[in-house]
This record gives sequence, structure tokens and C-alpha cells, in this order.
Amino acid sequence: MRKISLDKLDQLFAEISSKSALYIPVDTAAGAKFEKYDGTKKMSDALNTVRSAKDFFFPQTENLVDFKVEGKTIEIKETVKEDEDFVVFGVRACDVKSFEILDRVFLADPVDNFYKNRRDHGIIVSMACTRPAETCFCQTFGIDATAPAGDIECHKTTDAVYLEAKTDKGAKLLKSLNALTEDADASAVEAQKAQTKEVFKKLPLAGLDASAFGDGKTNEFFNAPEWKTLSESCLGCGTCTFVCPTCQCYDIKDFNTGHEVKRFRCWDSCMYSDFTRMAHGNPRLTQVERFRQRFMHKLVYYPTNNEGIFGCVGCGRCMAKCPINMNIVKVMKKLGGNK
Amino acid sequence: MSIINDSLIPVIGVVTDIRIDTPDVKTFRVVTPDGKKAFDHKPGQCAMLSIPGVGEAMFSITSSPTNTEFMEFSIKKCGCLTQWLHAMEVGQQITIRGPYGNAFPVDTEFVGKDMLFIAGGIGLAPLRSVINYCRHYRDKYGKIDIVYGSRSMEDLVDYKEIIDEWVKDDGIDVHLTIDREQPEWTGHVGFVPNYVKELGFDTNKTAILCGPPIMIKFTLAGLQEIGFDKTQVYTTMELRMKCGIGKCGRCNIGSKYVCKDGPVFRCDQVDELPDEY
Repeated sequence: MRKISLDKLDQLFAEISSKSALYIPVDTAAGAKFEKYDGTKKMSDALNTVRSAKDFFFPQTENLVDFKVEGKTIEIKETVKEDEDFVVFGVRACDVKSFEILDRVFLADPVDNFYKNRRDHGIIVSMACTRPAETCFCQTFGIDATAPAGDIECHKTTDAVYLEAKTDKGAKLLKSLNALTEDADASAVEAQKAQTKEVFKKLPLAGLDASAFGDGKTNEFFNAPEWKTLSESCLGCGTCTFVCPTCQCYDIKDFNTGHEVKRFRCWDSCMYSDFTRMAHGNPRLTQVERFRQRFMHKLVYYPTNNEGIFGCVGCGRCMAKCPINMNIVKVMKKLGGNK
Repeated sequence: MSIINDSLIPVIGVVTDIRIDTPDVKTFRVVTPDGKKAFDHKPGQCAMLSIPGVGEAMFSITSSPTNTEFMEFSIKKCGCLTQWLHAMEVGQQITIRGPYGNAFPVDTEFVGKDMLFIAGGIGLAPLRSVINYCRHYRDKYGKIDIVYGSRSMEDLVDYKEIIDEWVKDDGIDVHLTIDREQPEWTGHVGFVPNYVKELGFDTNKTAILCGPPIMIKFTLAGLQEIGFDKTQVYTTMELRMKCGIGKCGRCNIGSKYVCKDGPVFRCDQVDELPDEY
């Protein structure tokens, strides 16, 4: 384990950003968000960014391919890929876990090469949590926020940042920073971890249990009468899907600039009425079916296809952002018999 | 810097022939700009066709894999993209990517079986690929029965190929029906589900069913009435799709993705899916 004192953190960022693009969470008027380090930005102490970190690998909008259309002919102009490495510093345990959940979709055969290219070039420096919020329930899904995964695991104490490499990629980066960091023992980190674990035990959602859901439970929950009452107030705004680190549904749309046609991939939402609409009709006619799809996917369908792993990491963003105060926790409590 | 090579990126296809099948169905022949078949496929698989700037959608490949020169797509005019496709002239370029989905088990479960194809309207499009595959490898399959119905004589897709080729083959019985009487029509009149029951097939056959949802529902019920088990009946499904590779989330029913785990399902497998299609 290596450490660097807090007053030298700017030097660490400067060093990393001199070799590759570096993104850190910074405080803005609209809350914390990841921004590119420019030599002046300060790392936010916020528990988490307003939007998840999935943008780094699965951006909200990306240009897949361009077409030049002339008369009856079409020319395909493929997009070039960026070959530069980048570092994302300060990703929380829940968001790091979400990358694994997205990997199981995008890296499954056939591999999504747009996603894979970014995954290959991205280095994740995670940040252990010390002050979880009331909306946190990552522990329901077996995530230990005091020991986040990532290429480098990071702990911030009152006076220093402790870093430990977890992968070859992380070891390489950490080694390149040896001039700035010093060897450290884990005692300060262990003490802080123990303290934080006590806080986690007292969180209001500490007892939330997902075991009622999972692999092969489709028939048990699909026709539950509770879906109707749970979805009654849903506005279909899709905010939950946009702030969600694991929501991965997308649309492919063309935009004609007048000179060429640009084909984009954009985030989409199963909460939207036209998501499944076809020329001959729509299999999900009301918000009840759309609402059910989102939660069944996270709690049942995804685990069925992925050895029981749930499609939720308990980051709590949907709880904080839903305009009608509906969320996956309420769904789990109502359907799963949680208190 | 290098080019991203991905299954979402299409290739160019050229429309070399357009056949008007019915008032709202045309069959398009597609090859690459150098005159070759864009890719190989299996019977029942689909491809994404697109007119850049208009849209991209999934269509079943109508031609048989045994056709090594080109692919054909029978497309009904029913939405935005299909209107544009119907307005195309020969020589127009489109984009194509695929093949997507599983296929009918023509080289495994179907081998040695008596085959019963049942189609309604444009539902013949995906079945034509299988029918012509079975005709090509005729010795691998037993007797072939084809029940095909449409609203009217004019709405029977591929009518010319049916009359000129299929009915003349040995060991193939074609049973055509239309919904309402027409003066020139001497064949059967009535809906497909009832016609299937009237014909009363041997229950040792493997049935393949495709058509409008309502027709599938009643025909399946009819088949069960005359003694068929759901494990003997195959169908091919359709939902909205964007990626074709099980990632965009649109065609997700239960834990299955129609584009990847389907579109071909056995009817007992369809029963295991939540009722959302």
C-alpha cells in the first residue's frame, strides 16, 4: 500500500494528467460530477456524483458511423477509435460494480467494440466510502463500500490518501507515481474501515433483503397485482434510467446534417411509451408494463442470465431523483415482503 | 487511431430487383456492390436493413440459404421505413447487417420429419426460406404440406412461385385459402385456423407457424385440438429491435431477447415467456 498526504494530492493529479486524461469528481452548482482535471480543479468530497460513471464507457450519445448519401449511392464512413488511455479517479464501490454488470452485457458475444475500446483504455481508481447516505443500500447486493474494486483501491483519511493496486493496469500506474507516494501500513485504513462498517450497520436500508428475487423468479412476480398500484404514479419520465449506473438500453437514430447522415447511439429508457412501439402495435401499452419491465429486468431477468447477479448496485440515485418518490427499494419491499 | 469494426456497422447493399407481390408487399433482391451475397445465413435468420436518415429495422430473410447469389426480402408496407423501401427503384443502395438470431432446426430436429408449414399473409416471408431449403434438400425431409392463407387472391405473397414451382414438386401438397369468396377463385375459402382443422393432418408432423398474432393463437389451438403437442410446433416472433445482438433491450421478454435467443421458438418455449408479446 502507498500513501500521499492530502496537501500533495494536486501534485498527484498533475502527474497523472501529464500522461493521460484524468477525470475527478468536482463540485458544481448542479452537484458533483466527473470533470477533466485541468490543474486547478479540486476533488469533491460528495458521497457520489449526480450522474453515474457509466458515461465513461457507455456515453449518453455517441456517433457510431456516418453515411454520405448521393442519389442512389451510399458511402459508409466509419468512426475512428481513440487509442488514448484515461484515468477516472474517485469512483465509488457501487459504480465500480456497475461496470461489471455492464461488462456482462456489452462484452458478451458479440462484443460491443465501442464499449470494449473504452474499457480497455480506462483505468479506474476507486474511492472507499466513509460517510454513506440514507439512500445507500449497496450492501444488499454484497458490495463492500469500504473496500471498492477497481484498478487501484483508494482510501481517503483526514490527512492522506492511501492507494493499493488491484490489477496489472493499476500497478503500472501506481508505480509511475512512486516519486510522489511513500510506503504505508494499512493500520489507518483498517481503523477507518471498521468505523465506516459500523455506520453501514445503522443505515435505514441496512436490512433490505433481495433474496426473494433472482434467478428463475419470472412467474412468481410477473403477474403480481402490486405492479398496478406501484406504477400508478409513475410519470414515465425516465429519470431513474438515466441516473442509473446499470441501465443499458439504447436507441440507434440517424441525424441528417444536410451534408451527411450521422448515426448515433443514445441512451433510451424502457419507461418510455415508444420504446417497444412497432408499426403493428405496442406490446407494452401502459405504464404498468413498462414499470414492471424495468424492475423485473434488474431483479429477475438479469440475474437469470447472469448467475444470480442482480442488475442493481444500491447507489440510491433513483431514490434521490424520482419526482414521485418511487424506487426499487419500495418495489422490493412491497413484492419481496421486506419490512 | 484505427477504425472501429463492430457488428452495429452495416455494409452497402444494392437492390437489383423489385418484385411486386401484392398491393402492399414487394420482394427486394439485395447484393453487395460487387454483386455478391452480403453474408451467409440459416433459414429463419434476419437482417437489419436501413435507409440512412430514415431508419433501420429487422426483416426476415425470405430467400433460402441455398441461394448463393443473392438475398431476398419480402416486405409489407406498414410503417415509415417500409414506405421508403417501397418507394425505391432498382439500383438503389441501402445498408444491410446480419445475420441475426437463431434459426429453424433444419439440420437437427426437422431431419426425417413430415413437415407442415402454416402461414398467414406476410407470415409466409420467413417460412419461404425454410420451405425452399427443405425443397433443396428434399431427401432429408418427409412429406411436406403447406397451408397458406391471405385476405384475398391478390394478397397471396409469392403466388407465382407457389403455382409454378411448389405445387408441381413431388411430395409437396399446397393448400391455399382466402378469407372471402372471389369470382376468379376456385380454391378454398375460409380462415387458416379452421382450414387446418378441416384438413385434419397426421399428428406425427412437425408444424411451423407464422402469421398475425391472432392467426397464430387460433391455429395453435386448432392444432392442439386435432392432437398436436406444443413441442411439435415452431413459430417465429417479432418485436421492435435496434441492435440485433441482445444489448439494446428492446426485444427483451422475460430473460430472453428475441433478436438473439429467437426469433424461432418452439411453442412450449413461448409458453415459458411472460405474456408480453
